[in-house]
Order: sequence, then C-alpha cells, then structure tokens
Amino acid sequence: MVSQQDDMVSQQEDFGANPNLLAAPIKSPVDKFQLLPAFLKVRGLVKQHIDSFNYFVNYGMKKIMEANALHKVTDTIYLRYINISVGEPYVAIDNIKLTPQFCRLSDRTYSADISVDIEYTDGKGQHPTRKTSVKIGRLPIMLRSCNCVLNGKDETELAKLGECPLDPGGYFVVKGTEKVILIQEQLSKNRILIDIDGKGRITASVTCSTHEVKSKTVFFMDKEKIYLQLNQFVKPIPIMVVMKAMGTESDQEVVQMVGRNPRYGDLLLPSIQECSSERIYSQEQALDYMDAKFNFFKSCSIQLFITSFSTLKEGRAKSILTDVFLAHVPVKEQNFRPKCIYAAVMLRRMLDAILNSDTFDDKDYVGNKRLELSGQLVSLLFEDLFKTMNTQAVQRMNYAMGQSNRSGALDFSRYIVTDIITLGLEKSISTGNWDLKRFRMHKKGVSQVLSRLSYIGALGHMTRISPQFEKTRKVSGPRALQPSQWGMLCPCDTPEGEACGLTKNLALMTHVTTDEEEGPLISLCYSLGVEDLAHLSAEEIYANDSYLVFFNGLILGKHTRPHTFANAMRRVRRSGKIGEFVGFRTFDDFLHDGLIEYLDVNEQNNALIALYEHEAGEIDRSEITHIEIEPLTLLGVVAGLIPYPHHNQSPRNTYQCAMGKQAMGNIAFNQLSRADTLLYLLVYAQRPLLTTKTIELVGYDKLGAGQNATVAVMSYSGYDIEDAIVMNKSSLDRGFGRCIAMKKQTVVRENYGGKVSDIIVAPQRDKDGALIRKNMQILGADGIAEPGQIVRNNDMLVNKKSPLNVDKDLKTRTYKDTPAFFKGVEGETTVIDRVLIYTDNNEKMPIKFIIRHVRRPELGDKFSSRHGQKGVCGTIVNQEDFPFSERGICPDLIMNPHGFPSRMTIGKMIELLGGKAGVSWGRFHYGSAFGEPSGNACKVDDISNALIQKGFSYSGKDFLYSGILGTPLQAYIFMGPIYYQKLKHMVLDKMHARAKGPRVMLTRQPTEGRSRDGGLRLGEMERDCLIAYGASMLIFERLMLSSDPYQVQVCQKCGLLGYYNQKLKKSFCSMCKDGENMATMKLPYACKLLFQELQSMNVVPRLKLTEA
Amino acid sequence: MSKGSFTSALNMPDVPMGKLPDHLEVQRTRVVCKADAPIHTEGIQFSGAYAAVGVDNSNPLDKFKRDFKIDVIRLTKDEMEFDMIGIDAAIANAFRRILISEVPTMTIDKVFMVDNTSPIVDEVLAHRLGLIPLDADPRLFEYMSEHDVPNERNTIVYRLNVSCEKGSPRLTVKSDQLEWLPDGSKLHEVAPSYPGEQQKTYTSFSGSQLEVSRRALGVKHKDITIARLGPGQTIELEAHAVKGIGKVHAKWSPVATAWYRMLPEVILLKEIKGEEAKKLVKKCPVKVFDIEDLGNGEERAVVKSPRACTLCRECLRGESEEQIELRRVRDHFIFTIESASALPPEVLFKEAVEVLHEKCDRVISELS
Repeated sequence: MVSQQDDMVSQQEDFGANPNLLAAPIKSPVDKFQLLPAFLKVRGLVKQHIDSFNYFVNYGMKKIMEANALHKVTDTIYLRYINISVGEPYVAIDNIKLTPQFCRLSDRTYSADISVDIEYTDGKGQHPTRKTSVKIGRLPIMLRSCNCVLNGKDETELAKLGECPLDPGGYFVVKGTEKVILIQEQLSKNRILIDIDGKGRITASVTCSTHEVKSKTVFFMDKEKIYLQLNQFVKPIPIMVVMKAMGTESDQEVVQMVGRNPRYGDLLLPSIQECSSERIYSQEQALDYMDAKFNFFKSCSIQLFITSFSTLKEGRAKSILTDVFLAHVPVKEQNFRPKCIYAAVMLRRMLDAILNSDTFDDKDYVGNKRLELSGQLVSLLFEDLFKTMNTQAVQRMNYAMGQSNRSGALDFSRYIVTDIITLGLEKSISTGNWDLKRFRMHKKGVSQVLSRLSYIGALGHMTRISPQFEKTRKVSGPRALQPSQWGMLCPCDTPEGEACGLTKNLALMTHVTTDEEEGPLISLCYSLGVEDLAHLSAEEIYANDSYLVFFNGLILGKHTRPHTFANAMRRVRRSGKIGEFVGFRTFDDFLHDGLIEYLDVNEQNNALIALYEHEAGEIDRSEITHIEIEPLTLLGVVAGLIPYPHHNQSPRNTYQCAMGKQAMGNIAFNQLSRADTLLYLLVYAQRPLLTTKTIELVGYDKLGAGQNATVAVMSYSGYDIEDAIVMNKSSLDRGFGRCIAMKKQTVVRENYGGKVSDIIVAPQRDKDGALIRKNMQILGADGIAEPGQIVRNNDMLVNKKSPLNVDKDLKTRTYKDTPAFFKGVEGETTVIDRVLIYTDNNEKMPIKFIIRHVRRPELGDKFSSRHGQKGVCGTIVNQEDFPFSERGICPDLIMNPHGFPSRMTIGKMIELLGGKAGVSWGRFHYGSAFGEPSGNACKVDDISNALIQKGFSYSGKDFLYSGILGTPLQAYIFMGPIYYQKLKHMVLDKMHARAKGPRVMLTRQPTEGRSRDGGLRLGEMERDCLIAYGASMLIFERLMLSSDPYQVQVCQKCGLLGYYNQKLKKSFCSMCKDGENMATMKLPYACKLLFQELQSMNVVPRLKLTEA
Repeated sequence: MSKGSFTSALNMPDVPMGKLPDHLEVQRTRVVCKADAPIHTEGIQFSGAYAAVGVDNSNPLDKFKRDFKIDVIRLTKDEMEFDMIGIDAAIANAFRRILISEVPTMTIDKVFMVDNTSPIVDEVLAHRLGLIPLDADPRLFEYMSEHDVPNERNTIVYRLNVSCEKGSPRLTVKSDQLEWLPDGSKLHEVAPSYPGEQQKTYTSFSGSQLEVSRRALGVKHKDITIARLGPGQTIELEAHAVKGIGKVHAKWSPVATAWYRMLPEVILLKEIKGEEAKKLVKKCPVKVFDIEDLGNGEERAVVKSPRACTLCRECLRGESEEQIELRRVRDHFIFTIESASALPPEVLFKEAVEVLHEKCDRVISELS
C-alpha cells in the first residue's frame, strides 16, 4: 500500500489530519489478508524491475529518440528519427525465437532488435527518403518484461520453454550469465534540503537534474550572511547579489518574496547590508561581480553541455544562472522570475530552520531518497550510446560526401553502425561498469551475477538496494534504521560488516513507480484552482491562506484552500482517473475503486495509519485515515521466512537473512536442466512445518531449502559445545541433509578460421583392443566422456587434437594431442551428470560437462535453523545411543541449550512447539510476523492446548530415556521439529593440509591457498609469540628451513653475493674478481632476492660475516 | 561387647527387619516424575546398598528366574507390544539396541545402472532402493565378506526395468516393480561378441535361489514409490541385496524402531472429591482418571488406567500438584517392536536374544 515514487510531491504547509476512512470498511482483519495474494498475483515479486524496464521500452526510448530526433549534416542533408520500437528476441542467424533457457545454456545474450523508422535526404533537393524498421542494435531483454517471450505465459507454457514458473524474472541473460541490475539508492533530486554542514553552517541545498545537466546548488549561512555556493564560482556569492543578477534589484521585493514576517527581515538584514557595502545595486553590477568570481577550470566540463555558451568572459555569469544555478527551474525568454521565487523559497526554508530547529530536513529520511531501477539505468546507457551512434553516423556521412568517386545516392541508414548500441549495452550489463561521460558517472558493480545458491537467495538479490555512499565511511547516520523505512524497506535484511545498514532490501509490498506524464497533471492542478505564480506579485505569494503547490520539485503556483485541493486530488486518484501512484503519495479493482491506496513516505506524514481496525482507545477512530493491509508486509522476502520473527532478538533475524541465502535446497523447477558453474541442491528438501504467509506468497513452500528435523535441546557427549550439533547417524543414512553439488567444466573445440578447427577423435586402442591410456575409460565412441560415468581426477573428458598447420589439404594436415582432463579431488567419486554440446557465435564448439557429486553430511558441515543459530556438526552418533521418548521418537539432532539464553531466540522455541503440534495434528501452523492479532500466527496458548490434547506436555518437554544407559534422563527434554537449513559451507570444500608441495617461482616459498595446494602460513603474530617465548630454533626452522632455504656464496671482503663455479668446484666473487675469502651460508631465498633487487636499484647491501 | 545396655538402630523393635521404609522402597523401585523433573532415575545398583537395614538389593539368578515375566499385550504382523517384568534397564536396553543395530537383514547394497533417464539421479536412486525393506529371511543367507564372490547363498538379485512411453501420462515406479532374479544377474560384464554367448555376469550362482528359499524373495511393501517417470524416461538397473546389520547403515536395521517405556503408576496422595475430581478427570487427555460413585451422592477420583499415561503432566499443573504422584516402575518395561523387515517382531526379538547370547558366550570364552 505504500510506495516510493517519483512523481508528484505535494508539500503543503499546515497539512492537517484528513478524515477519509475507507469507503467500505473490511469486515475483519483476517479478511484483509486475502488482498495480499491477489496483490502479488497482479504485481509479482519483482514488478518494480519489470515495470521500470517496460516503461523504458515503451516510453523512455521514444522520449530519448524524440529528444535526439534530428541530425543535420548540412542544412539540406539530415537524418530524422520518426519512430522507435523493440522487437521480440530471436537468434540473428536462423531467425529462431530465443528463449531465456536457450541463452543460458548456449552462452548467448537474450536480446531483441531495436528498429527505427527514419527519414533522410541526400542533399539533391529531392523528397526525403523514408525507411522503416532499420535495425540500430540489439537490446538485452529483461525476463518477463513486455518484450520477453515469457510475458503472459501460463505454467505449462513456461514449462515448455524450459522456464521455472516460480522464477520471478526481472533480470537479463547476457552471454549466458544471469545479470541483475541492482536498485540504486539516490538522494532525491530537485528537492530543497535544509541541513547543517561539516562546519556547523546552516545550508539549503538542491541537487538539480534535467536531461542535460546535473548540478548542485547550495545556499549557506556564514556569520549571519547568506551566500550561494556553486562549483563554477571560486568564491561564495552573497545571495543578494545573486537575486540582483537575476533581475530582482529591489531589496524590498526580495524580502516580500521571502515573507513579510519581520523576523525574516531581521535575519536577511546582514546579507542586504553586505550587498550594498559592495556597492552592487543593479543587475549589471551584480553580473559583473559574479563574472569576476568565475572559475574557469572547474566549469569546463559542465560548459560542454551548456547550449548557450559564450566564449566571452562577460555573460558567463548569466549563462550559469540560466543553465547551472537551480538547473531544473526553466528559464523561458530570459525570465528569471521563477528562479527568483524558487531561491526565495530556499531562503525562507533556511530562515525557518533558524527560527525553529524542527524544520531541518533529515538526509536519511526515506522520503528524501529515490530509487533508480534497471529501466532508468539502461535508459541512461542507451541515451549515451544512441548519441554516440548518431554522431558517428553524421561523421561518416560527412566523410562520404567528401568522397568524389562515390556512386549512387547517399543512404544514411548505411552509416548507422549497429554494433555501438549492441556491444555497449552488452558490455556494461556484463561487467557492471556504467561509464557515462555526460554525467561524469563511473559506477562499478551496478549489475551483478544473479545468485542462484537458493531460490530465496535469487529473490533477495532482486530486491537488494545498492547504497549511495561508499562502504568505507564510518558514519552511523545512514546506517541506522529509519522509522520512515516502515513498510518500504526491510528492517532485518541487511548484511553484517562494512555494508551494514547501507545495503538495504525492499519490503514485501513496496512498489517503485515509474514516471507519469506531467502535462495533464499540471493542467489538472491548474483547473483545481492552483494560481500560477507568474500572475502574482511577490507580496501575494505569502499572503494569508496561501499555500505553495510543488510539482516534481517545481513550484507550480499557490492555492488558498490546500485541504480542498489535496482532497480533490485524492478523489481523482481514487476514482482511477489519474495514475494510482500519482499524487501524494496511493491495485487492480480495489485500486480503481479507491479502496486501496499506495502511500509514499512523504504522504505518510499526513496520514494516520492503523494496523488493525479494532485498534482504538487513545486515538479517535475518525482520525485514522488508512489501515495497513498486513503488518507482515513490513518485512522483506528473505526475512519473511522466519517464523515468529517478532519474538526474536533483532540481530538474530538479520543473521538469518544472511544465512537464508546460503541455504541449500531446490533452486527452481528447471534446476536439473541448468548449467551453472556451481549448483548445490538438497536431495530431500521439505516444506517448513511452521510456515508464514510470506513463505506461501513467495513460493518457498514449493522450493524449500531445508528439512524438518526433530531436535532435542539437551547436552550430549560434549561434542556439542560452541553451537556444535550432534547428529543421528541413522537420520543421515535415511537421507537427512543429503545434497548434490554440481560443477561445470567447459572444454572448447577451437575454430581457427578457414574451416580449420580442433578435431575430437575416438579413444585410441592398441592391437588387443585395449585403450592406449588408462584414463580414457570414460570416453564414448565419439571421444567425449559419457553421462552417467564415474569420473575421477585426471580422467580424460575430451580426446581432442589441435592442428599444427593450417594446410588446406586434409592429408597433409597434422595434429597434436590436446586432450582435456577432469580436475577433481583425489579420492572423490563424482559422476558426469550431463554433457552439453553447442556452437557459439564465434563458430567455436564448447562442450560443457556437468559433474555431480552426492554428499551426505559429515563432521564439520554447517547447519542453521531459521533464527540465526548456525552451528557445525560436532559428532555423528548411532541411533541406538540417541535418547528416545516414551513414544519411541528419537531426535535427528541434538542442540545444546546454551544456544538460547544469550541469543534470546524465543521464535525458535515457539517454532519447535508449533512444529510439534503441527506434526501431531497433521497440519501446518503459521508464524507470520506480528500475526497473532490477525490470526496469521498461532498463539502459544493455542499450540500448548493442541499439544495437551495429543498427550504431550504443554511446555513441549518430553520424558526421555537414555539410549546408552536405558534409564530415564534426569530432566524433561524440550523436543520437537525445527526447520533446519544446510548451508553451503562444507568441510569437503575447505579442508586442507600439506607437507611438501608446490612453490612460487619468484620467491621459492610455498604457494598460498587451498586451490594451489598451498602451505599453512606461520604469520607475524605467530612469529611474535615464538620470539616472546624464545623458541629461536623453531623460528629458524619455520621461517627458513621449511620455507625457502638457499645456499649462497658470500665474499667476506666486499660483503656481496658471489657464485659457485661448478667446473672449478670453487666459489668466486664477481665483484672482487677473486675466489679468496668466500664463505658459504644459508639464507632464505627471498632474502637473496631482496639483495639482488636492491642492487638493481643502486643500493648495495653488504653482509658482514662472523664465525658462528 | 556389653549386652542390653543399648540397642542397635538395626534392632529397634518398631522397625521391621528385612523391609525398607516406604520412602526408600519407592526410591528403589520407582522413578518419580515430578512436575519439574523426574527424580531417582538411575536406581541403586549396589547389592549391599541396604545391607544396613537388612535388605538385600541383589538379584540372584533364582530370584530373577522366579520373578522374570513376559506378557505379550499385542501382536500383529509387524508390531508387537509386550511387558518385560523383573529385569534391569541395562538388559532391556541391550535388547533394544541389538534390535536396532545388530539383528541382520537382507538389503540392496549394490546397484548396476544400465540406463537411468529419470529425474532421480543414479546415486539417489540407489540410496532409495537401499531403503526398501525386502521380504527375505536373513537366516537363510550368509554375510558376504570382502573377497567373496556373489553367489546364491549371499546375494539376492533384483531387476528394475521400467519406462514411460512417449505420449503417455507420468508413471510412478513402485517397489513391486522390482523383479527377483532367482538365477542371479543377467547383466554381462562385457557385451557378448555373438548372440547367445555364455559370458560372465556379475554373480556366480551355482543353482537357482528357489532352492534356498521356499518363498519368492520379493519386497515387503509393494507400494513404495521409487521414482516418477515422465514420458520418454527409462530406468533399467540390477540391484544386488546382501546381508548386513544396522550398525553399518540404517537400511539394514530390521525395525522401524524398537523402544520401551517403564510402566506408569499414578498415585493419588489425597482423596480428591466432588468438583475437583471432575476437573481432574477432564484435565487428563488420555483419560487415566475416572469417577467413582461413593453412594451418598459423593464422588471421588480414582485411577482407572495408569498404563495410558503419556506423562503430559497436566494433572500436576495447578493446585492438584501435591495430590498426585506420577511414577514409573523401574523393572517393568513396556516394550514395542515395529518390524520393518521380513521377520515378524517376535522372531526379531528371539534373534536379538540370540545375538546377546552369542555376545555373552564370546565374553565367557575370551575370559576363560
């Protein structure tokens, strides 16, 4: 119901409570929930991305084209774009429709042609030639967007296309990899923000953005005087000078514009005085003053985009005032009045802040932020590339005209290079680097590879918001949880560590709007009684009962009855005549009927939103303006998995949000036909016994990532300390926690052009028919390893040969063996799951091998419940040693009770109780966030009663017998099912040890890292310990003997390193040209290397030796 | 020692000799389940623990023989409930442990995949096959040790050959589709060079297994889903079952589970009458209590079926806590065996006793 949006901001002063209860009150709060699934059906989980992209394809692109429609070479030769459209994705060569799954498997880009209708002349004075559907490049298509083949398809159709019906879409497939363009957080543009800067000065700043220019205008107050600060000026300009330069020469008028309240006048007085002391009275004087302060260097780059740029020193100030200063306020026909009024409003807000510190703006307030989505980001790129393409086309045309020997008519369409847009878009989306010279934008990591570790991980990735600040800044403000985040951004889902609080996630029902057509809205405002400021005098602006109406950061005019105006606008919105997001901040039928409204953060300030209808008491019911659909929607998708999150200590929910993304499970319905580099799947994934409404809405019940384990909370064996868990061997035997790890290995059959390529041959056999090499066992008759074969380390995957020469004659062409081997872990039995053979765009033939490994949990594998309680498997115990209950129930795992007191995860305890009641009654219990009053979460009392009816203790504690002794345990044990997730961190991928092994070439020291079979480093701190202890021989052994010992010849005379002459069997100093006085000693090789490097830099390290 | 000047504490006339005081007797023979935690759970093992009061705490063989009793309460094809009375928890537990992990069964251990295009991958399919209980008496077979060749005395061969035709609906492969091959493997280690060539298979049966077992060696439950096939998918495999024990892998465990509980005893410490009695009866979800009409219009609560008590401790909640005591009889075990193998539960128990017997023999022979 709430949204962030970018359209119309109504800032009206003295905006009181608005008594408009929903027309038809919903009968009971539980009924309200029915709206949610309907809502998500209409909207989908990642609708914000899809909407944004659709808007770009359908409107944004046209706007860009219209803005850059005409390109003139000469007055008679021109190119004009008439229309632009995007087609359906297809394969360029065969004209087959592309499907996303096909692109993923064959490393292609899922893109469609952009075609334009053009009109051009060839300069011979003829009628302009028209051409339709000229291809200008390919646009990567967002999955499930309006141009995607998946758009509007039902479940069976999607299955036929190889697509998972639960996949939300909203990402791109570029060169076979799925890429998400993260939502970018930005400070609201064209908005006045009153703040205090680093020096303690009060500032009013506006970040202006139009299609051409981006600029920042800052007013600040220093020593009671107000100045303007702009990058284009070396020094701050007194504000009165600026006002005068804009043609408001009369001080009185300025004061009138700010407001006639004498307090404003008092505060403005020092500024007025300063101006007159500088003897500036007229517009010319002011402009001259400003010209003198012009900063040439800083403004160069901006100047490039200024259309009315003059090289003269004079007039620069004026052009800056027109184009840079408050750039979003248009200057029509040299009329600076709107800018003056806007500047005056800024002043007034500043002065208000001085008089009343409550009126300061908060930069971190969500209402002051805007979210930039994939559509907008792609549009920025497209605009840039489109312009580049046209400039180049014009250049080529120019060149072609100069060519004397040309034949035939000039065809403009031939000079349009399609690669610019195709490659530019592909490159940016695949690397994530957004480099736009125009806006001096160099963003990295805008797009990311979609995390496919778990279904929830992928969903969470789609809702992630990338921060506007760098992560290194040690500030708490932007990281803190803002009350205004309610319902918009998930309060739990944020990473730990450096990006904590900066990287955010959208809440479940957040809607991010796209632009709305401005024109009709402006005229609507005027017809609803907004008076245009142009017709008013300065005095009238702040007359009693007049309120300013802002529209997208622009002052539209004033209105005398703000409530009537706001109500009128709301009524229009509710009647569905203007977009549901318009306005002051408002779903299908319900939306049209005006029963549900989207409210944005700013409008929330003027609304009184109740959680439940029955909520009453201190607040008068008639004052409530809105009712929240469901409180559980304030959490995001990932936090929505946690049962009873409102009973947990808050950081635990945050931890779970991070871990839920690492949990293994089912990724998608098409998981077994995917070819990811690494894929972890759980063999028997289950649906959680204790669910939440969010789980059902997002489809986690269909693609679960965990299993319902019977947990006994007790101490056992001592192998359960520090959060370790004890697992039942029989449970593991029966399939608990079993997972499949699939890895990809690609072998490319190279193509060298001219029909010369690698060849793949059948495995060679000797006379007796035995394979010539043992590791060829798994090869098929085609020379490629076959699916279903057990593959071990160093087994041959492809029996490939590469040509040594490129002779055309096949007989003389010779080949050498270039086989591809399987790189795996020794002793591990893996199986070839699938082999994919295809041809890529470059006529090469990559062969993908998907290698599968089924693993059962082992000691050290990581598990976690849904409450941020992770732990490793400490020991595996036979079932007969496990405790058993009076009903013969034996737990799957044992968790130490010490995990509870300090973590305070009450939610986990309730999950256990609810799960236990659930299994005994054969039903699922709910634990949605804050769901108890609305019936979306079962109350503990009800669960306890359900347990009692089945003969369990109300507390969930059972009478258990020791499996070892056979006698009862001395305590009742809290036992029941808890949903456990197996996390991707497994010992098998991490365990590492080495005695001797590979060394680095340069330093001759052992290599680093597990992947290179590296040594285990004895680091600085460990060294310090040994020094402190005095274990000198151990240090000597660790740091030299076991690392890089090297024997050197040292000349005792000059102290430099000599060498050993193998022929003469004598050491020799090349410096002293002498073999006398040579000593032999051991050094770390790295030390010898350092000496030689120093010598190469003309630094002489000399060794002075003494007898040891 | 002087006579008559003082009497020993053990000779006090008001203390009966050879009998423990009530509270100690309860401690010795019962586990008392208090509201917060059970007490006296472990019992007193030492034979001379009460020697001071003249009570012998030992359990000599003849006494054990006299007191030991087994009552079969319920016996069906796969399930048995019986009372084992007059035995120590350690021995009862030994039977439970042996039943779970040491009584052998026959289970699929090796799977030879010929073709598997189903969505269930080979390893998982093999794992699922392993968990299917077979209807084969393990007593007729021998263990297969490392160097043994699979023969009719140690291996049972099954074949699964199903495919779902293109254009037909999805097919569920059930356990009854596993076909027993009494003549051993029909898979050749190397493809035959000419049709009808006699070649080495994966087993070397000297004769038909029909002579080993009178019954067909099928699966115990015919409706276990193995996999589901989509149109065009096929499974062709041969599965070899061998004898093993649950300690190695749970698939060889002959029981779904085997457990016991101690006989519940519910004592009313005070007489509960009238409304309170009604409340108490209502409170218990398993109806342990009942109302007795005392005539004269008065009613009191009585313990009707203590055996049903699941120890939910509802009756101990609230004011009735001091009036009721829940106890467990320490040497009375209600033993339940759920068989998940070819053998019926009573035979399994006998097998378990036999295993324990062998173990004891081994200890004795090692010691002598």
